[in-house]
Amino acid sequence: MTDLTTLTIAEARTKLQAKEVTASELTDAYLTAIEASNDALNAYVAVTADHARTQAAASDELLTKGEARALEGIPLGIKDLFGTEGIHTQACSHILDGFKPRYESTVSGNLKSDGAVMLGKLNMDEFAMGSSNETSYYGAVTNPWKRKGDQSAEGVALVPGGSSGGSAVAVAANLCAGATATDTGGSIRQPAAFTGTTGIKPTYGRCSRWGIVAFASSLDQAGPITRDVRDSAIMLRSMASTDIKDSTSVDLPVPDYEAAIGKSIKGMKIGIPREYRLDGMPDEIEALWQQGIDWMKEAGAEIVDISLPHTKYALPAYYIVAPAEASSNLARYDGVRYGLRVEDDNITDMYEKTRAAGFGDEVQRRVMIGTYVLSAGYYDAYYLRAQKVRTLIKRDFEEVFAQGIEAILTPATPSAAFAIGDKEMVADPVKMYLNDVFTVTVNMAGLPGIAVPAGLSGDGLPLGLQLIGRPFDEETLFQTGNIIEQAAGRLKPQKWW
Amino acid sequence: MSVDTETVKRVARLSRIAISDERAESMREELNTILGFVDQLNEVDVDGVEPMTSVVDINMRQRHDIVSDGNKAKDVVANAPSHEDNFFMVPKVVE
Repeated sequence: MTDLTTLTIAEARTKLQAKEVTASELTDAYLTAIEASNDALNAYVAVTADHARTQAAASDELLTKGEARALEGIPLGIKDLFGTEGIHTQACSHILDGFKPRYESTVSGNLKSDGAVMLGKLNMDEFAMGSSNETSYYGAVTNPWKRKGDQSAEGVALVPGGSSGGSAVAVAANLCAGATATDTGGSIRQPAAFTGTTGIKPTYGRCSRWGIVAFASSLDQAGPITRDVRDSAIMLRSMASTDIKDSTSVDLPVPDYEAAIGKSIKGMKIGIPREYRLDGMPDEIEALWQQGIDWMKEAGAEIVDISLPHTKYALPAYYIVAPAEASSNLARYDGVRYGLRVEDDNITDMYEKTRAAGFGDEVQRRVMIGTYVLSAGYYDAYYLRAQKVRTLIKRDFEEVFAQGIEAILTPATPSAAFAIGDKEMVADPVKMYLNDVFTVTVNMAGLPGIAVPAGLSGDGLPLGLQLIGRPFDEETLFQTGNIIEQAAGRLKPQKWW
Repeated sequence: MSVDTETVKRVARLSRIAISDERAESMREELNTILGFVDQLNEVDVDGVEPMTSVVDINMRQRHDIVSDGNKAKDVVANAPSHEDNFFMVPKVVE
């Protein structure tokens, strides 16, 4: 019998509907795997075994009756940022200690209504602020990938990227069939690239943000991390919806994304932006990009050199806009309404002590940067200027799409996964921020972007390519992403844990 | 632009985050690294450019101005560190 935890969502769906396996068996297989592996990987911060078994039993009844819904009996992991009714929801922050919402986020609710089983809540950077999953109050997540020749429990532990590090690791290490994630500057695509998984950040407004702990509201989007492109298409169809509770959720029908997979890309115009060729970019990233271009050409696409002149300003503009919005969104954590309170007789001291104890270093830095750039006398110089630069970044993309470009191909990250506790990144926050240099432009312009595994580094670590699409044209990303995965093949870590 | 330790303390106060003198000092360096990085935006010519207000070109959906939800006081206070009779309890603020 095949190991049930290695199946893709599409494969599991077929086996469930053919009654070769039950939802309960599938769920139990994952719960057993989590039990055996989570100490080593730390992907889950809460496992909801009883809840999962109850859901799986209900799915089995519907499967027996032939009334299966789109994701009936598929075991998923949910990032800790999604509000899940009555269940641990803490954004991996100390300040949300003990928080169990009385509501369900729209996205996790959509998955539930489509029959998915929730295995538990996944580790992440605190409030989704980080690119290595090391800022989590629950500790770092370990990447199941290790460097060639170092694949033992004693080998150097690498980060899975972040902020959706738990999601990426749970998928890569077969601890769930697929996972929800969120992406504000690269938090789906960078961890997907670091773990050999597929992740898509849809167009801003495609998935409702309602019930997801807010970081930077004009940038946050939910999306899936999965084992392959088809699974991302399946999950996104269920996650996306029009939601009256989120006024930025769009009133557009959700397409059958899966139907785009396998379609020819003959004659499709794919843009290659020259500004993404960074000084000092490692040769292997350059080579991977060229490989991707060759695959696209072989599949019949027309490769067009394009220019996105404001690319280099996306990351600095992001580090004004995102902290500004975060400082406002995180004002609600005051020790009064939920979570942690550090007592004091004076209410201001109570607020200050609670927030000092409850927020980690990175969150404090960003709240303070945000407060500073929004403060009297600095607003125009920082925030207003950054929002103007953002207009220019978006305009760059609009101009190339107007020339007929249908998708843009870039590397997903400037390097492969690095070690937990990397000294340079610990010493310099900006070094860590540079991880998102290729992904953050997409959030600033509100566009969809997919990261697909495309090859291995010299050290034997996964590397990803990114495809950027036109607004609400996720279908083209699934179509083109599939060409890359067909050429590159599935990447799987060697088991050491 | 860069900040001095006094500014860091003022911003911490505005952010309602208690900060020690020692931490204010290290935070000053960290914030200045970030502010130094974002300073490159000054190179961009933004004359006549509208600041972005919405990343997607859609009209914000409007809803009818009617009560559609409510009477959930128990749910609202359920996660509070301290509450009584559906009120949040805080240290005394009025003398």
